[in-house]
Amino acid sequence: MTDRSADILPLRQSIGGIADQLTGIPLHFPARRRWWIAMLFALALLLLLVISMVELFTRGVGIWGINVPVNWAFAIHNYVWWLGIGHAGTLISALLLLTGSGWRNSLNRFAETMTLFAVLCAGIYPVLHLGRPWYLYWMFPYPATMGVWPQFRSPLEWDIWAVLTYLTVSLAFWYTGLIPDLAAARDRATGRGWQIFFGVTALGWRGSAAHWQRWSQAYRLTAGLAVPLVVSVHSEVSLLFAAGQIPGWHSTIFPPYFVLGAAFSGFAMVAIIAISLRSWFGLKNLVTDEHLDLLGMVVLACGLMTAYGYVFEVFDAFYSGEPHELQTLLDRTAGAYAWTYWGAVIFNFIPLQALWWRRVRRTGWSLMLVSISVVIGMWLERYMILVTSLYRDFLVSSWSHFTPTFWDWSTWLGTVGLFLVPFLLAIRFIPLISIFETKELLHEEKEDAHG
Amino acid sequence: MADRPFGLLAEFDSPEALLAAARKAREAGYRALDAFTPFPVEGLARILRLPRPNISWVGLLGGFAGGTFALLMQCYTNYAFPLNVGGRPLYALSAFAVVMFELTVLFSALSMIVAMLWQNGLPRLNFPAFATKRFHLASKDRFFLCIEGRDAAFDEHATASFLNELGALSVELMPP
Repeated sequence: MTDRSADILPLRQSIGGIADQLTGIPLHFPARRRWWIAMLFALALLLLLVISMVELFTRGVGIWGINVPVNWAFAIHNYVWWLGIGHAGTLISALLLLTGSGWRNSLNRFAETMTLFAVLCAGIYPVLHLGRPWYLYWMFPYPATMGVWPQFRSPLEWDIWAVLTYLTVSLAFWYTGLIPDLAAARDRATGRGWQIFFGVTALGWRGSAAHWQRWSQAYRLTAGLAVPLVVSVHSEVSLLFAAGQIPGWHSTIFPPYFVLGAAFSGFAMVAIIAISLRSWFGLKNLVTDEHLDLLGMVVLACGLMTAYGYVFEVFDAFYSGEPHELQTLLDRTAGAYAWTYWGAVIFNFIPLQALWWRRVRRTGWSLMLVSISVVIGMWLERYMILVTSLYRDFLVSSWSHFTPTFWDWSTWLGTVGLFLVPFLLAIRFIPLISIFETKELLHEEKEDAHG
Repeated sequence: MADRPFGLLAEFDSPEALLAAARKAREAGYRALDAFTPFPVEGLARILRLPRPNISWVGLLGGFAGGTFALLMQCYTNYAFPLNVGGRPLYALSAFAVVMFELTVLFSALSMIVAMLWQNGLPRLNFPAFATKRFHLASKDRFFLCIEGRDAAFDEHATASFLNELGALSVELMPP
């Protein structure tokens, strides 16, 4: 891939032009009307979340469809889904930085931004699911007068540490990468308000050689930490399931299966956002067909590895020969929720095969359709993993059903608003493509072109 | 000394021109040099003889601190509130590994970023270079070399003409 990235950006553009184009997006916002339409839509969804939360806190988690034995449903299902989407942002940013893939530079900023808000959406779900969210602080080790401490041998306690660490490190990494670009925007800003906003947030960055040197070291090392962090966070999430003894969950394939599935849905989401933004803001010179091609290949590769997880799950059940495992497998493929299993298989892997064709990867709308299908498929997969394992466990007497209620759906749609509102604000107020890294890449390409 | 200018700022239009100028300035005996560029320029630190940053050591220490803290915290909570769960060990290192790893990463990353800002002297919203007319281009597409006033060989007029001879597009004086 290194030889491909040699000419990923068109050479007939200048370094200064990129700075003007990208800082111009917040400073002279080009699509006010469309932005407001999107923002109103997002605000409506956010309002739905607020209403759902008020209802939830007033009446309790009984307003959701959860009950014994399906105690975990939408809350954890969407938690995993959102968190998975978030992971691709870190992978694009950190992993591809370390491997020196220049094509990341047009995508990393909004992918990281996506990560932040997706993790936020994920993070509120366990809190909502607590039923009494005001006792959240019980998760933290503090010298309580009750004399109790959190139980660190439980995956549920690991979870809060993993997610909060992930959110904090993602935020710090995102902001560190953003500082030079905020300085670029500060220097282009003409309005007083913008000058103050970017002046303060850029922290007085001036691009000194000594500063760049320390900055590069800190940035690259943080990236180096972020990659295993992603793997650890989603492995830990999978242990919420795999550390229990429920058939269909208690499997060693779970950590890699979850991490790859997360990357799969996340890269699909990055593709959706990349295609939307480039057509929205006319960024075809920076997010090129070449980028879509590479993204398509990554989605395809992650998809095939996720498919391996599906195959291995079936193998695992047969290999164990354990009657409950086999029963769960049968429930998944032919039970009351077989539609989630086959829905996941079809949405995840059938349209995906189109990505073997170069033309499909390089065309915006076709890659978009495949990616939407993947995001839906991965959503169904998490539904399947949760509900099909829980609704029929060891005791026949405790078999039951799960049907999502209106409030399940409204909370989930509400989190889409919680994702979109800050994301749209970020698009409006900060440079959404890394300016200095794009310039650096363009400069290197021009060097190579001159020989 | 008090009203000595902060330095002279010379503008160049490419990283290569900047590198060549920095090299000549070193050869001419200037030592207090700095450069301002829109993106990190490879090889610049070597020419300016900047010391190697020690952020990685800070990160290592931060990581050790985080891991140790996590281990002690988890051992202590199990010591202070022992729960017998099916006879499993109280001090279960395999179960503690996850939080240890998370806090290692957290402390390490945050300490590196804080150290980077601290050593860079940021946030510092005002800087003498910001007062010059063309410095805003340093975040766009121009590359600036700065010979600081504290340099022993610095002389306002001689240094300015030296920078002009190097082919600078503009030479500006940075106020004290």
